[in-house]
Formats: sequence, structure tokens, C-alpha cells
Amino acid sequence: MAEAPEAVVNLVGVEKHFGAVRALAGVDFAIGKGECIGLVGHNGAGKSTLMHILAGTLQPTAGRIVIGGRQEEAYSVARAKMLGVRCVFQELSLCPNLNVAENTRVNHQSLRGIGWRKRAAALIGAKLDEIFPDHGIDADDIVSDLSLGKRQMVEVARAFTVTDEPLEVVILDEPTSSLDAETAGQLLAFVRRFVESGGSVILISHLLGEILDNADRIVVMRDGKVAAGNAASAFDRTKLVAAMGGAETHHKAQHRDSEARKEGPVRVRARPRQQTDGTELVAHEGQVIGLAGLAGHGQTDLLLSVFGAAGSRGKQGVEVNGPIALVAGDRQTDGIFQQWSISLNIGIRSLKRLRQGVLISSRREAELAEEWRKRIGIRTPDMNNNILSLSGGNQQKALFARALGSDAEIILMDDPMRGVDIGTKLEVYDLIRQEAAAGRTFLWYTTETDELDHCDRVYVFRGGRIVAKLNRGELTEEKVIHSSFSETAQ
Amino acid sequence: MSVEAVERRAPRAGAAGRARMLRSMLPAVSLAIVLLAIAWLNPRAISYFGFNLMLNLAIPIALATIAQMFIIAVNELDLSIGTFVGFVGCVTATWLRDAPLVGILILIGSIGIYALLGALIHLRNLPSIVVTLGMSFVWQGLAVLLLPKPGGKAPEWLSAIAGYKPPFIPLPIIAAILIALVVHVGLMRTSYGAILRGTGGNATAIGRAGWSLLRIKVTMFALAGLFGVLSGMTLIGITTSADANIGNGYTLLAIAGVILGGGEFVGGRVSPVGAVIGALTLALAASPLLTFMKIPPDWQVAANGIILIIVLAARVLISRRER
Repeated sequence: MAEAPEAVVNLVGVEKHFGAVRALAGVDFAIGKGECIGLVGHNGAGKSTLMHILAGTLQPTAGRIVIGGRQEEAYSVARAKMLGVRCVFQELSLCPNLNVAENTRVNHQSLRGIGWRKRAAALIGAKLDEIFPDHGIDADDIVSDLSLGKRQMVEVARAFTVTDEPLEVVILDEPTSSLDAETAGQLLAFVRRFVESGGSVILISHLLGEILDNADRIVVMRDGKVAAGNAASAFDRTKLVAAMGGAETHHKAQHRDSEARKEGPVRVRARPRQQTDGTELVAHEGQVIGLAGLAGHGQTDLLLSVFGAAGSRGKQGVEVNGPIALVAGDRQTDGIFQQWSISLNIGIRSLKRLRQGVLISSRREAELAEEWRKRIGIRTPDMNNNILSLSGGNQQKALFARALGSDAEIILMDDPMRGVDIGTKLEVYDLIRQEAAAGRTFLWYTTETDELDHCDRVYVFRGGRIVAKLNRGELTEEKVIHSSFSETAQ
Repeated sequence: MSVEAVERRAPRAGAAGRARMLRSMLPAVSLAIVLLAIAWLNPRAISYFGFNLMLNLAIPIALATIAQMFIIAVNELDLSIGTFVGFVGCVTATWLRDAPLVGILILIGSIGIYALLGALIHLRNLPSIVVTLGMSFVWQGLAVLLLPKPGGKAPEWLSAIAGYKPPFIPLPIIAAILIALVVHVGLMRTSYGAILRGTGGNATAIGRAGWSLLRIKVTMFALAGLFGVLSGMTLIGITTSADANIGNGYTLLAIAGVILGGGEFVGGRVSPVGAVIGALTLALAASPLLTFMKIPPDWQVAANGIILIIVLAARVLISRRER
């Protein structure tokens, strides 16, 4: 690894565990003075965790943090600020109820006393002028009145303002995600100027072009480790994609026989709200449709709008024919009823069928639960046990049983396999295939590229829009990564 | 795409700003409407003496509303402010008169208890509604212990202040302006006030910038306690004697005043000037207006509630346009 001679920050052997999950498995990471590092990686590769550790908002489980040649023992947000490490987090960290000047004050203890407002306004105004000429933002503007792009401009500019604390390293996590091409260009030009004057920047972006054009050195993360790190000139687009995990191109197993099947009636037709062209998602009877792309790029929103449109006909751009059920991804908050038994959790979607008069028949409920225990293989001695007595994978199976045991013809899946063991996954994949063959339609949002192999058609999302439609034959992981990171989509 | 996008966004930001402007005008507009209605129904009420009479009880309500506003500004709610005002009233009418030093110590101590509640709510991450609901019974119980039946007497100096008649402008109006001005400068203009309000907007961001959220919560609750004490004392100065239940209605009046004044339950959006105006509107609409409308006292509480619903509904309509 080409290491800069004078390292401002040196992270050595950093590990971070969240329970059993290993987000970072021993990462070495160094930033030199006057260097711009591009940090790339797919979802869950550990980029954000690493940056949170550097910003002091997360404590590492193991490893050393060395800043300016000194090993930090009790590293914290306050300490990071004092040493001049600043971070612009991906989620906006402005106070929406305050104005731009007041938000600047939040980051600067020294802006106080008579006239602080004027000084804060001058400070942020000058920095905005410097980075984004013609920004059109007034220091008196309340942040909630600003567009998302302008909020991001304020946030970035604020990170570069200096009063009494030093400014050494700025972490920019997807700083251009809400900016248009022109302001993004202004920002990146400023980053280059800043770096040339001796500052250091860590640039995280899913726009590979931005990274290739602006970084001096590129670090690729994958599965909580540094997969590659070299001078930017040593990389090109293909090499980056390969290092990120697109290398093992999947040669798809035999196409399913269902491929030949004639397309049945349309079950779902939906257009994302931000879609400007005419592209829409179409799902026919018996199809498994994959929703891919980086996490949080509008897949869940689309599923929810489909789910919401089921009751009321003719919602904008969404057409749904048939009863619908959703398998939640975050099962603890959106899925299970923690106080209920397994059979109650399964039966809740099918109450109409389980009713006898005005009451719920406990016999029918038990029958339904028993049927699905056998079919989906929920491992429990008694379906009347509390749902929390099950392992995570089996809880997820219960949620699948809830959806599949109902009368729903369309099943929406919101990345349901997160944190599920491989054995369970394989069982559920089989079940999905069977049910699809029986005529059910699946809309399947997944962050695991392998799972897309089970889909008849995949739509890749970026920035709330569908940017690619890949039929089964043309689906490769590389193509999915390419389109998720594409910049022409803007 | 880029230029077009910016142009398309600009008018929307302007529209949001206008709607917010409109909404911030709403408290003043509702107060004006109530005043006009009173003037129309009974022109004689619009006079020095009339205002003194009509707005007399508005000042304790305004102070309690400000107390509630500090709590709401950090996304909490105080259900005990009413009984706290009652408790302070009982202390004022007994200890503060008979043994001023003990009385002062009790009142300072009660502000300290408010500060501790803030710390407890923050550190244990408890819902403020539950904690303050519990405290409301504590304050009520203490008030009953002090004054089992209505009585006591306000200290002379307090009655003298409350009875002072300045030239030209009635005392309640001067007091209202003073309260609004002091709190506005303190919360809306000072640099630490921005941090206090920011906590209601995005507590994580404030914490990440290195501010102590504990200190912020404690400050806000202590301020609420301070204004609760001021409210109770003014109330006794005006009524001259106390009753353990004297402040019970204030809890809901204070919440209504904050909301009427343009505040919101979450998000740190509060307005001290609006809150004072909201409290004045409520006080005027509560009895003078309804009496002039010849609505029997039995129906006045319900009529007051309906006025509140109408004003708040108007606000919701304006807020909806904002989106």
C-alpha cells in the first residue's frame, strides 16, 4: 500500500463488533497531510462504521487510533473536534428549526457574546461564497425552508468554517448525493483547492467517476476489511468495480423452466415518484421481481407505495390487482408482535378466514399455524410459545408464513433475509419458487446480490429512480453494480 | 437539469417562507379578532379600566405558558405546571408572608426539583408525560397539606405590585410586553438560546457538536420551574388569597397557549412572543368575550374549547399549504 510519508491520522487494526456482527475486521487506514482519499465499497462494507470511529461517535472494539503521531486513549467527539477532525455525515445533521447562522453557531463554541449572530452569518456566508458562488442562501434562512440540495451545501460549508479549533481532516460521506451537477463540481473543485493547501479529505461516494477524478489515493473496502488501496492512477472503473466484489461474475445456473411460461395478467404496475421518464415496474402473475441497487435508494419507498395503493385504487402511478402482503425487513420493529405467540403472529394477516362469528376460532388458528410449521419448518416444540423464543431466522420464517398463509396474491419483501442464516435462506428460496410457480407474484427488494439470481427480472434503483431493467438472461452482479454506481442516471 | 432544478425549487422555498410568515401572524390575528369582537359587543371595555379588569388574570397564565414553552421546546411536555402553580400560590399565601426566608427557600428548592426532574428524564430516558403526571399529584398533595381549605393572604408588597396602576398603559399590558421581550431575547437571540432550541430540532446533531444534552434539559426544566414560581406568585398577588386547587386549569391553558402562539409539540419550533399573545387571547376569550356574548357561565368552558379548536384548525390549514 502506498502510504503517505506524513500521516495525519493512522488507524491500526481497528475492529468493531455489533453483537455477533463484525462490521470491521481489523482495518489499517492512514491519511497523509494534503491528501484526498477516496473510500469506496458496497453496502455494509464498513465505510460508515470506520468513519464514525474516526469522528469519535463510535468506539472501536479493538485497535489503535493515532492522530498527529500521538496515540489517542480516550477518543471522543470532543477530542476529534479539538484535533481538527470534522465529519459531514450522510444523514443531515442540521437543526431544521434553526437558521443557517444559528446552525453554524452549533459547531463553534466561540461564536458567543454580543454580535455573535453577525459573526456567524459572516463566517458561513464567506465559506458558502467561496465554495458555491451564486448559492442563493441567506444566513437568515430557516433550514427547513431550504431545499435538500441547499441544506447539503450549508452542511458542507459549515464543516470547512474555522474559528478557534484547527481544521485538519474532513470526512465527506456522500457529499454530492443531493447536489446537482454544477454545485457538485464546485464542491469537488473546492476539495482539490483545500487539499492543495495542505488539508486532508476523505471522500466517500458511490459515483466512481468523482472518486477517480478527485482522489489521490483510493481505498476499497469489502466485508469489513480493506480489499485494495493504491494511488488513484492505478485504478480505473473496471478495476474498482472488480475490487468492490463484482469480480466473480456469476454464471447463472440453468434458466428456470418458468422462463418459457407465457406472461400472465399484470399484477402490479408502479412508477417511482421521482421517475422522470416513462420507466415503470411491471410484475405479472407468477413472477419474482427483484429490486436492486444501493440501500436506501427508493426501493422500500416503492414497496410501501405499492402496499398503500392496494386499498385505494388509482393512486398516482401505481396499479395493484389482487390482495397484498408485506414481509418486513426490520422484523423487530416492523414485523413481529413481541408479546404474542408464534401462532398469533402467523394468524394476524388472515383473521377474516379464522373467524367464527365475531370471535377468532383458536382451533382454526392452531391449524393454520401447524400447517405452516410443517411447510416452512419452524423449529419449535410448541407454536403457542412466545415468538421471541425462536431464533432470528425462525422468526423471519414465521413472518413468511404470515404472508404466505394469507390470501395475498402479491407478496412484497423488504430485504427480508438480513441476518438470516444460510440454511433458512435456502429453504425460503425454495418456497418462493414453489409459490411463484403456483401463481403468486413477488416483489423482492434485496441488498444481497446473490438473491437476485432467483428473480425473473431485476430493476436497479438509484436516487429514487429505476435506472436499469435487467431480464434474467442479462443479469450479472457486475451489471447491477455498474448501474447502481452509474452517473449518467443523474 | 441543474439550472432548471434550482429554478423550480426556489419559488417553493419562498412559498414555505410565506406560509410560515402567515402562521406566525396567526396568533396576533386571533388576538385582534377577539379584541374587535369585544369592542363591537361592548365598546366601553376598550379602556384603561376595562383592559385592567379583562387582562388581570392573563399575566399568570402568560407566565405559566412560557414555563410550558421551555419544556415543549425540547420535545417534552409538563403536565404538572398547573398544580405546581397552585403549590407555589399556597406557599406564597402562607410561608412567604409569615416567614419570608423559609418561603424563599421553599420556592428556590422547588425550582431545584424541576431541574432534577429534567436530569432524571434525560438520564433515564423516561417519558416526561409520565414523570410530570406523577409530579402533578405530588404538588397537589403538598398544596393541600399547606392549605387544607381556601385561605391565606398575599404578602403586602406583592399585592402592592399587582395593584400598581401606571399612567396611560394598564399594568397587564406592560407586564405582557416585558415578559415577551425578556424571553424572546433570552431564547431567540442569545447564542446559547440557539443551542437550546436546536436540541428540539435535532438533538443528535447538538450532541455530536459536543454540547451536553443533560445540561440543556436541566436548564430548560429549571427555567420552567422559575416561570412557574413567578406565575404562582403573580396569581396570589392578584387574587390576594390562595386555594390548593387555584392553578389546576393552568396545565391545559398553558399547553393551549403555546400551540395557539405558533409553537409545535415537537421540533423545537416555539415563539415566546406568540406564546404570550396566545395566553392573552385565551384569557380574553375565556370569560370577558363570552360574558359579553351573553353566554351563561355554565357553557363558557365549552365555548372556550370551541374557539381553541377553530384557531388551531386554521393553523393546520396554513401548515398544510406549506408542504
